Amino acid sequence: MAQIVPLIILLPAFGAFVNIFYGSKLTERQSALIGILASSGAFLVAVLLYFNLVATNYQEAIINPFLDSWLLIPSAGINIPWQMRVDTLSVTMMLVITGVGSLIHVYALGYMHGDSRFSRFFAYLNMFLAFMLILVTGNNLLMLFVGWEGVGLCSYLLIGFWWDKAHGVGYNNANAARKAFIANRIGDFGLLMAMFLTFWTFGTLDFFKAGEIVNPGHQTGAAYAIYGGAHGGEESHGGAEAEHGATGATDEHGATDEHGATEGDHSETAPAEGEEAADGHAGLVLTGGMYTEEQPHGEDAAHGEAAAHGDTEALVFPDNSHIPYDQLGIFGRFERLLEQQESNGQPLMIQFGPFEYSLQTVVTIITLFMLLGATGKSAQIPLFVWLPDAMAGPTPVSALIHAATMVTAGVYMMVRANVLFDYATLTSFIVAIIGATTAVMAGFIALGQWDIKRVLAYSTVSQLGFMVAAVGLHAYVPAMFHLVTHAFFKALLFLGSGSVIHGVEHGHHHAHAHHDDHAHDAHGHDEHHDDHAHEEAPFDPQDMRNMGGLAAKMPITFITYLFGTLALAGIFPFAGFWSKDEILADAWLAGLNGEGVLQSLGGYIVLGLLLVGAGFTAFYMWRQMELVFFGKPRSEAAKHAPESVPAMTIPLGVLAFFSLTLGAMNLPGSHQFATWLQFSVLHAHAGEFQLLLALLALTIGIGAIILSRSIYGNNKGYVDGHDALDKGAFAPAFAAANARLYWDNLYFAVFINPFIAAGKFLANRLDWAWWHDGFHNGLVALFQWIGRVLARPVDKGLIDGLVNGLGRLPFWAGGRLRGIQNGYVRTSALVLFSGAVLVIIFLLIPLFTNGG
Amino acid sequence: MFDDFSILTLTLFLPIIGMTVLLFMRDDQENEIKWTAFGFTIATFLVSLLVWAGFDNSVPGLQMVQQWTWIQFGDFTINYYVGVDGLSLILILLSTFIMPLAVLSSFDAHVIHERGRSKLYYMFMLLMEWAMLGVFMAQDLFVFYVFWEVSLVPMYFLIGIWGGDERRYASIKFFLYTMAGSLLMLIAILYIGNQAGTFTLAGEGGILAQLQSGLISFPATQTGLGGVQGLLFLGFFIAFAIKVPVWPLHSWLPDAHVQAPTAGSVILAGVLLKMGTYGIVRFCLPLFPQASVYFAPAIGVLAVIGIIYGAWVSYAQTDVKKLVAYSSISHLGFVILGIFALNQAGITGGTLQMVNHGISTGGLFLLVGMLYERRHTRALDAFGGIWKAMPVYGGISLIVVLSSMGLPGLNGFVGEFTILLGSYGSVVLGAVFTFFATTGVILAAIYMLHMFQKVYLGELDKEENKHLEPLTWKELAVIIPIIIMIFWIGLYPKPFLATMDSTANTLITETINPALPAPAEGEGVASAITVTSEGE
Repeated sequence: MAQIVPLIILLPAFGAFVNIFYGSKLTERQSALIGILASSGAFLVAVLLYFNLVATNYQEAIINPFLDSWLLIPSAGINIPWQMRVDTLSVTMMLVITGVGSLIHVYALGYMHGDSRFSRFFAYLNMFLAFMLILVTGNNLLMLFVGWEGVGLCSYLLIGFWWDKAHGVGYNNANAARKAFIANRIGDFGLLMAMFLTFWTFGTLDFFKAGEIVNPGHQTGAAYAIYGGAHGGEESHGGAEAEHGATGATDEHGATDEHGATEGDHSETAPAEGEEAADGHAGLVLTGGMYTEEQPHGEDAAHGEAAAHGDTEALVFPDNSHIPYDQLGIFGRFERLLEQQESNGQPLMIQFGPFEYSLQTVVTIITLFMLLGATGKSAQIPLFVWLPDAMAGPTPVSALIHAATMVTAGVYMMVRANVLFDYATLTSFIVAIIGATTAVMAGFIALGQWDIKRVLAYSTVSQLGFMVAAVGLHAYVPAMFHLVTHAFFKALLFLGSGSVIHGVEHGHHHAHAHHDDHAHDAHGHDEHHDDHAHEEAPFDPQDMRNMGGLAAKMPITFITYLFGTLALAGIFPFAGFWSKDEILADAWLAGLNGEGVLQSLGGYIVLGLLLVGAGFTAFYMWRQMELVFFGKPRSEAAKHAPESVPAMTIPLGVLAFFSLTLGAMNLPGSHQFATWLQFSVLHAHAGEFQLLLALLALTIGIGAIILSRSIYGNNKGYVDGHDALDKGAFAPAFAAANARLYWDNLYFAVFINPFIAAGKFLANRLDWAWWHDGFHNGLVALFQWIGRVLARPVDKGLIDGLVNGLGRLPFWAGGRLRGIQNGYVRTSALVLFSGAVLVIIFLLIPLFTNGG
Repeated sequence: MFDDFSILTLTLFLPIIGMTVLLFMRDDQENEIKWTAFGFTIATFLVSLLVWAGFDNSVPGLQMVQQWTWIQFGDFTINYYVGVDGLSLILILLSTFIMPLAVLSSFDAHVIHERGRSKLYYMFMLLMEWAMLGVFMAQDLFVFYVFWEVSLVPMYFLIGIWGGDERRYASIKFFLYTMAGSLLMLIAILYIGNQAGTFTLAGEGGILAQLQSGLISFPATQTGLGGVQGLLFLGFFIAFAIKVPVWPLHSWLPDAHVQAPTAGSVILAGVLLKMGTYGIVRFCLPLFPQASVYFAPAIGVLAVIGIIYGAWVSYAQTDVKKLVAYSSISHLGFVILGIFALNQAGITGGTLQMVNHGISTGGLFLLVGMLYERRHTRALDAFGGIWKAMPVYGGISLIVVLSSMGLPGLNGFVGEFTILLGSYGSVVLGAVFTFFATTGVILAAIYMLHMFQKVYLGELDKEENKHLEPLTWKELAVIIPIIIMIFWIGLYPKPFLATMDSTANTLITETINPALPAPAEGEGVASAITVTSEGE
C-alpha cells in the first residue's frame, strides 16, 4: 500500500504539468479529461488508503516518497525530510479534498466552457490539489508549510484568473488576488515563528517519528508498521521496515534488539543530542536516555487505563517509553517533557539565552503563533478580509479553495497540533473567542450583502469561526466533523450560485440581444445614449437584486440549493444539523465542566455567540433563497435564465445527497467518526448529544427561517431600491452590514495608506533626496572642493583658495548639488587615489624593514 | 613546477586565457568573438564542475591547494596560494554558472550594437570572471586584495561604457565607494602582515595557524571598539559591508544597478555583491572571532533594518530595475543576519542564500533586460498585461518572482528558512531579531506582487505592448538554467548543503564557539536554548 501513497500527489501534479505545457494543443474536453482523471485518480488512492486503514486496524504509516532528504544540515541538527503520513486524520482530509475536488473538476468542465484559458484553469486546479495534499499528508511542520504556501499560490493564481478583463475589472481581480496572498503571508509569518520556536524547543519539526504510538487508548492490539519509501527512506529514518508489536507493558518483541538497531541507524544521519551538546550547539541538553530509565512500564500502562476511562485530569500519554527522546516527534517529545515535569512536581524551565520561560509559556507562544497562521488561512479575525474579495475568482475556485478545502487548513493544522493546544489553556481560550466572534461578525455582515457569492463568502468565514471555536474548546472531533460536512454543503452552495450566475448571464445575453434589436427598430436615435448607460453600469450577474423567481427556471439548481441551505442552517436531518450541534454541545459541556475559569467562561461565551451566529446563518440563507429563487424575476436576465448543463447539475446532485446524509458518519451514540479520529488525534473524544440544546438550536434555525420568510417573502425583499430591512430602525444596522462593518476602511486608514505613504517617504525623501543626493553628492562635492584647492596654481595663493572654498561650503553642505560635472569627480578620484598610494607606501616601509 | 598543478588553477586562468585569445581577434569578427567568449565561460563552468566532483565533502579544511612563491623579499614571501573549502566552492560554482548566462544574454544586446567595441566588452567580461574566481579562491591576503581591486576595473568600464544615461556618474561612484572601503581593509591587511610576517592565511605558518598557536594575537576588549581586534575587524568589515551593501552603505547600488547593462547587473547582483558576504565569512569570522561576537548584535540590527528598509523602499519604486536593485538590499540583509547568527544553521543558510540571491535576482535582472530590449523603458507604468502579450515570458517571470519571494519548494525559501532558524537559536542574536527579520517575508510578497501585478497582470491596453516578440531561443537558453536551479535547490538542496556542512561546522566549533561568552550555568554548553528542570 505504501507504494501508492505518493501517487495521490503525483497524479494531480502530473495533470497540472500536462495542462501547463501541452494545454494549448489540447481541446477543452481533452484538457478537462486530464484534469478530472488526475483528481479522480487521487480520490481513488484516498479511498484505497481508507480501506487499507480499516483493514489493518488503523495502522498509521510514514512514507518517504520522493527524495531521501530535504533540509539536511547535520552539524546544525536540522534534518527535515520529505515525508508523508497516512493516518485517520490525513485520510479524512484526503477524502474530502479529492472527493469534493473531483466533483468540482467535473462541474468546471461545464462552467468554464468557452474560456480562452480553459486548459490553464484545469492546470491550476490540479496544482492546487497537489499542494493541498502535500499540506495534509506532510509529516512535519515544514512540509505542511510547503503545501500551506503552495495552496496560497494557487489561490492567488485562481482568484486573479481573469486578470486580463477589460475596463479595470482584470486589475481589480489581480488586486483581490494580491490581497489574499499578502493577508495569508501575514499568517504565514506566524506559522514560521511557530516553527522556529518549536524547533529550538523540541529539536525537531516532525509530527511523529516511525514507531510512535499516538493514542494510548488504542495501542493494545494495534500493530504499527512503518513503510520504507520508494527511494530508500531508511536513510533518513532509522527503523524503517521494522515492525513494532508495541503493546506497552506486555511488549513481547525483542525490544532491546530492535531498540539498539534504531539507535544505531539514527546516529548515522543525525548526531545524538549528547554529541551535539558536547559540540556546544545543541537545541536541548536533555538526552533521551534519562526518561526511559525513569519511566517504568507498569506506570504507563496504568496511565493508559486511565485514558480508557476518559479521565482527562491526569497526564495520560501513549506509552512510547521504549523510544529514546531524540527519536520522537514534536508531540512525543512534548509529552515526554510533561511527564518529566509531572514527576518532578515543578515547572520545567526552558532557557533562551539570558531568558528563561516555563514549558507552559513556551507552548502558549507557539500555539499563539500557530493561531496567527490559522487566522490567515482560515479567514478569522483579524485577517479574514481577503476571503470575501477572493470571490473575484471563477466560482468553482470559490467552491473548492475558498469554501471546502484550503480555508480549512488552519483548522486542520490546529487539530494536528491538538497535543499542544490542549495544554495551552490561554491560547485555547483566545482561539475559542476569536472563532466565535468571527462566526457572529461574519454572519452579521452576510445579512447585508447583495452579491450572491459574497453572502456565501461571509457565511464561510462564519462557519470557519464555528470550527475554530470548536478547536478552542478542545472539541477536535466536532471541529473536524463540521469541517467535513461544511465542505460538502458549502461546495454545493457555491456551485449552485455558480449555476445561478451562469444562468443569469445567459439570460442577460439573451435579453440584451433582444433589447438591441428592439432599440434598432423603435428608438433608433436613443441607441447611442443607451449603450453609454450600459458602460457606466455594467450588468452584474452576481447581484441578487437582478434575480428572483429562478426556482421555476432552474429547478435542479433550486432543489439542490435548498438542500444546501437547510444543511447550512442546521435543520434536522441535514448534515449541518449534526455537526453544528456537536460544537454547541461541546461548548455547553465546556461551560459546565470546564477545567478552570477560562474554559468554563470560554464555553459559555462561545455557546452564546454561536447560537446567535446560527440564527444569523438561517436568516441570511433564507433571505438569499427568497431573493434568488422565489417571487417574481426582477430583471430581463432573470426571466430568461436557463437551467445549467448536466456537467454542472450532476455534481450538484451528488453534493446535495451528501449534504443530506453525511450526518450519519458521526451519529450520537455510535460516534464512528470520533472513534476513527482517535487513532491520530490524541485528545479526540466523542461528544455527548444534548437533546435540549439540539432542540433549542433547531428552534432558532427554523424560527430564523420563518422570520426571514415573513420579511423577505412575497416580493417584499427588494422594493424601490431598498432591502426589506433597509428602513426604519434597522437601516443603520443594515448599512453597517452592507459596508462590511468598515473593516476594509479601517485597514486602509490604519495600515495600508500609512504603509504606502511611509514607503514613498523612505524611497523618495529619505533614501534618494537626502541620503543619495544630499549626503553622498555633498561628499563628492567636498572632495571636489579639496581637489580644487590642491590643484589651484600656487600664484593664486593657498589662502585665497581656502577662503573661496569655505565660502562655498554651506552651498555644498546644503545638499543641492545634484548635477555635478563628472570631470570634477575624476579629479577627486585622482586625489583619493594618490592619497591611497601615499598611505600604502608609508605603511609598507616599516613592514619591510621589520620583515627583512 | 606543474607536478602539483591543481585543477583549481586551471579554473582560475581559463578566463584569462580566453581574454588573451580575444585580444588577438579582429574587431570586426563579432560573431567569433561572442562565441569564443561564451566558449571559455562554458569551459570554465565545466572545469569547475570537475572541481566539485573532486571535492571531498567530509574534509573540513582546504582542498586542491596550489601554492607558488610569487614575491620574495628577504624572509618575507607573498604566495600565490589558492584552495577551496565548502563555502568558497559554492560561490565559485555560482560565478561559473552565472557567467555563461551573462555572456549569452549580451549577444543581442541593443546597447552593445549601438556603442560598438564588443571585443572590449567580452574581454572585460572574462577579466571580471577571473577576478571573481580569484577572490573566491585566494588564501593569501595579498593575493585576495589584488583580485578584489582588479574586480573593480572591468565593472567600472562595463558600466561606464555600455551603461545607461547616467553611466559615468554611476561608474565613478561605484568605483570610489568601493575603493574607499578597500583602503581600510588594506591598512588592516598590512598590519596583520606586519605582525605575522606573512600574508598567507592557511597552512603551516599561516596567519590562522599562528593565531591558533598563540604566536600572534589580536587583543580584544569587550568595550569601546573592541581593541586592536575590533579595529582590524572594522577595517575588513566596512570594506565588505560597502560591497554587500549593508544598510546604510548602499547608496552606490541603485545607481550602479540601474545604469549597468543587463549583463553587468546580473554579475553585480549575482556574484560581485557576494564577494562582500563571502569576505566576511572567510576573513572576519576566523581572524577576529571575539570581535565578530562583539559586533554581531549591532550588525544584526543593521541587517534587520536592511531587510525591512530595502523591501519598503523597493515597494515605492517606479522603475522595475530599481525595484529589483533595492530588493537586493533586503535579501542581502538576510545573508548578513545568517552569517552573524554565528551558528551552523546561520552560516550554511547564509551561504546558500548568497547562491539563491545570485540565481533569483540575477534571473530578475535578465528578465527585466529582456523587456527593456523590446520596449526601451523600465517604468512600471509603461506596462500592464504583459503576461498576455508574452505568455511564456510571463510564466517564467512568475517562477522567478516567487523564488525571490521565498515560496517554499523554490530555492529562496530554503535559504531564508535556514537563516531565520539559525538566527532564532543564535546565542548572539535571538528571537527578537528573527521576529523582525521574518516580517521581511511579508514585505517581499508586498513589493514583488505589486511589481508582478503592475507589469504582467491587468488588461493589455497599451498599444506598444500588444505586439511584443516572444522569447528567442537564446533568451530561453539564458533563463531556463536559472529555472532549473530554482527548482533544484528548492526541492533537493542536499548536494549544496552537504558541500558546506563540515566547513561551516569547523568554523563554528573551532573558531567561533571558543570566543562566545560562557553560559551562566557554567556547563560549557554554548546553546541558545536549554531545557532544565529546577528540581534537579
